[in-house]
Order: sequence, then structure tokens, then C-alpha cells
Amino acid sequence: MHPIERVHLLAHADNLKPLRHLVKKLFNEQGCNEKDLNSVIMAINEACMNVIQHAYNTEDGEIIVDFLINKDDLIVRIYDFSETVDTNVIKSRDLDDVRPGGIGVHLMNEVMDKVEYKTGMDGMGNLLELTKKIISDNNKNLKNEEKKL
Amino acid sequence: MKYAVKEYDESVVLSLNGEVDLSCSPQAREQILKELKKGKKLLIDLSDVEYIDSSGVASLVEGFQVARIQDQKFALVGVSKAAMQVLQLARLDKVFTIIDSIDDF
Repeated sequence: MHPIERVHLLAHADNLKPLRHLVKKLFNEQGCNEKDLNSVIMAINEACMNVIQHAYNTEDGEIIVDFLINKDDLIVRIYDFSETVDTNVIKSRDLDDVRPGGIGVHLMNEVMDKVEYKTGMDGMGNLLELTKKIISDNNKNLKNEEKKL
Repeated sequence: MKYAVKEYDESVVLSLNGEVDLSCSPQAREQILKELKKGKKLLIDLSDVEYIDSSGVASLVEGFQVARIQDQKFALVGVSKAAMQVLQLARLDKVFTIIDSIDDF
């Protein structure tokens, strides 16, 4: 497992756009194809949006996003430090029932190869791990960096 | 996100531009509902939408539902590639009326 970058951000809607742009820049540099890149950006955005809206319930909080490479897999770990959520209640809804909202989990499941809910950092909060198989010749050039938004 | 409104005799065109995410989807929702109150056909132009997330899509779905209840015509026009990808993943591309140009409405 090879860490690429860690991003800290406040759980605020205004931070989603800079996060998406940072992810785009990061993975453009790694030669990630556009389709995979858009999928990863979508999944990260939806995951962080869920944290902002549901985990922190729009109150202040911190999100940490870790980017790692394991062979051809890109792994994104999204940590929050809110109350631990019962992962049994997090599921896609019936899309035939056309109504506003509730499609974020479905979108993540559609575009990522694996979506897993795990124990949060130091046993606190929540961790969502997203995995996507990425074909890139440049993975070996990845650097370990830490940034703050 | 920026938006522009063009009003015609029988229709209103609301153009959304840029990135429609949680930071601005409440504004998009409010504007869609405001335009529907005019009682005319409503076209949402998504040709310059570079990104839309599920909260932005929810604003469109709410507009679609309100229009249906009020028996108003509601359509998406010139849907950008980025927006279409999300609509297809959410299986909403078959729910909305989607047209290529305003003249088709």
C-alpha cells in the first residue's frame, strides 16, 4: 500500500469544489484516464457530501481524505469524526421511486469497484473506503504529500 | 454556479452554468421553483454545466415533480456530457424530457 496524499478539510459545502479540483489535478498528473477520474471525483464528492449533510448534520467538523495506491487499485479513505453511523442503514434506494435525494450511495456503488464502511480513525467516527482499479503507467512515480484545504 | 433566465411568451429558459453542487444546489432549487410559479413551460438549459452532483440532480427532480403536479411542461435542454453521465447513472435520463435545442420544445 503506497500513500499518495492526505487532504484535511472542514466539513463545509464550499470545500467540495476545491477538493474536486485537487483530485482532478492529482490524478491528471498520474495519467489517470478521464472516465476513471470523473468516476473517482463523483464518488469522493458524494461521500463527503453525505458526511457534511448526515454525519455532521451541517455542523462544523473535520474530514480527512487519504489517497493510496495498492498495485493497480486506487484507494480513497474518507474519515470523519462524528458519531459512529450504523452502516446497516446506509443503502441505495429504489430508483424507480422518482423523488429528490437519496441517490448518492447508488452513484458511489455504480462508479467504484468497491465501497466499504470501516472502523474510523483510532476507533472514532467513520471511515468510508472507496476502491477503483486504475490503469496507469505512472503509479510508480507517486509521491507522498500532505495538504490542507 | 451562475444562472441566467430568458422569458418568452409561453416559456421560460433557465440556464445553469458551471459546477452545481451542494454549495449552490439550494439556490438552483429555489430558482427552478420560482420560475415554475410563472405558470409557463420551463426549460432547464444544462449545456454549460461542467459538473452536477446528486444534490443538483435533486433540484431538477423536485422541479420535474412540481411541474407534473401543476400540469406544466418541464424539460432539460442541451444536457452536457458531465450532466448526462450523472442522469444516466441515476437512471433519470428516461424520466426527464431531454431535448437537444430550445426549438424542439
